[in-house]
Amino acid sequence: MTRPSAIAKATDAGFDVRRVRDDFPALHQEVHGKPLVYLDSAATTLKPRVVIDAVADVYARDCANIHRAVHLLSQRATARFEDAREKVRAFLNANDTNEVIFTRGTTESVNLVAQSWARTFLREGDEVLITELEHHSNIVPWQIVCQQVGAELVVVPMTDRGEITREAFEEQLSPRTRLVAMAHVSNALGTVLPVEPLIGLAHEQGAVVLLDGAQAVSHVPVDVQALDCDFYAFSGHKLYGPTGIGVLYGRERLLEGMPPYQGGGDMIRSVTFAETIYNDLPYKFEAGTPDIAGAIGLGAAIDYLRSFDQEAVHAHENAVLRYATKAFGSVDGLRLIGTAPGKVASVSFLMDAAHPHDIGTIVDSEGVAIRTGHHCAQPVMEHFGIAATARASLGMYNTTEDVDALVRALQKVKELFG
Amino acid sequence: MMDLRELYQEVILDHGKNPRNHRFPEPHNREGRGYNPLCGDKVTLRLQLDGDKITDVGFMGQGCAISQASCSTMTQAIKGKTVGEADALFSKFHAMVMGEAGADDDFDSLGKLAVFAGVREFPMRVKCATLGWHTLNQALRNEGGEAKTE
Repeated sequence: MTRPSAIAKATDAGFDVRRVRDDFPALHQEVHGKPLVYLDSAATTLKPRVVIDAVADVYARDCANIHRAVHLLSQRATARFEDAREKVRAFLNANDTNEVIFTRGTTESVNLVAQSWARTFLREGDEVLITELEHHSNIVPWQIVCQQVGAELVVVPMTDRGEITREAFEEQLSPRTRLVAMAHVSNALGTVLPVEPLIGLAHEQGAVVLLDGAQAVSHVPVDVQALDCDFYAFSGHKLYGPTGIGVLYGRERLLEGMPPYQGGGDMIRSVTFAETIYNDLPYKFEAGTPDIAGAIGLGAAIDYLRSFDQEAVHAHENAVLRYATKAFGSVDGLRLIGTAPGKVASVSFLMDAAHPHDIGTIVDSEGVAIRTGHHCAQPVMEHFGIAATARASLGMYNTTEDVDALVRALQKVKELFG
Repeated sequence: MMDLRELYQEVILDHGKNPRNHRFPEPHNREGRGYNPLCGDKVTLRLQLDGDKITDVGFMGQGCAISQASCSTMTQAIKGKTVGEADALFSKFHAMVMGEAGADDDFDSLGKLAVFAGVREFPMRVKCATLGWHTLNQALRNEGGEAKTE
């Protein structure tokens, strides 16, 4: 079990990044003979020791299926699993644990809403509104359901800085808009969307709103009641938790009216060949044995994160982001992609000297891990007329020294390709 | 320690910066289109096949130094070759960049293409080196659609 006393606490100054780094075993290794500099947290965050231990402890001690047997191990596993659900509820400030559904990740959460809510309630001529900066996972599920029901997918264009403006949103929003699905934070560019006013506008038109929170949860405060969103999707592995576990928050009233997404396992109350009665929320949407250890690991990650002053964590990350943005500006021939004033955690860029893939290989040889490619956001690449970018993205453990290491590695790119 | 110079040999840097045959030949009677979904790189290859012989070949498209240099050196290597000879080169090239067993001793027969031997040490970049070759394969077979590296 996680003991809060064993978790690194914030210092008086608010946040001690050195102590945080001690909590992440993966940081303390060499790659290609150089100390690892991990700048790819937007792809997945590293995991603190408490999360790794929590997952191992489930398998070592409380290894049992949940909601099943009367034996003690099953009772313990069930209690820890449901305890994790409560931690997620508190983290999102959801009203009730009935509104917290465990999934495999953001992608499955979005697909659940598309296939359960949208497929049931959308009709021909209805519109689903997304934005130009979405990840493929928040585009393709809507294309699929629009094709199934004859609805239309409408896209809010972004500006050349990578912003979604209220004006552009209002222009595409119409009385036919039944559902708005948009990122809380862009994965390719780091833009924070002005979701609160946009949700208000969508609700005025009677539309339901889903936020893709994959890139937001570890960088901005998330309060689903304050946001007033109808669905909120995120992945555990981008919140310092394990891969394979994710969450869909949904408003209870909406979830109650939705049919199950998958059949089998936990989602059933009783089965005869004539009729099946579905289980209550949230189990109605949790068919099959879930990732029990993953959910408990996610609970441990939330405990870990909440052991710090959240404002201090975000302030630290924003300071490193500002430092990185400035440092990259000093590299000749480097161009930033995505320059919205409201950004968190990610810097996408191009260099005159080399293609992003070559940049990725060269900085990797210097121990620096960044992401290169289209970031599963090809429409964003198309907007800028490019095939790919290099992207450095931050976690709570990154420092300005990490940024310096990347800038030095970028000089190496110029030496080789100059 | 990885040696970047093993990957980015002078020939590769040169061809990456100034790709040869970076044009569409006229006339041409075959076309292949290649796409690397990993990075979004795209290449279009056109060639003139007279009987069994590749009499002219060129490519357009953008990509990393490895993929551009590979397309460039490939077009030089296959110009004037028969389809069978081009296929044989692809097989040897593929075995070399994949680091397949027994591929070690035979690089000389690949001529300039042997500069891509360093790709073996960079598995994430094998697809960059083979994109042009997969596209060639598709053009020669005149199949529809796109050659993919996946």
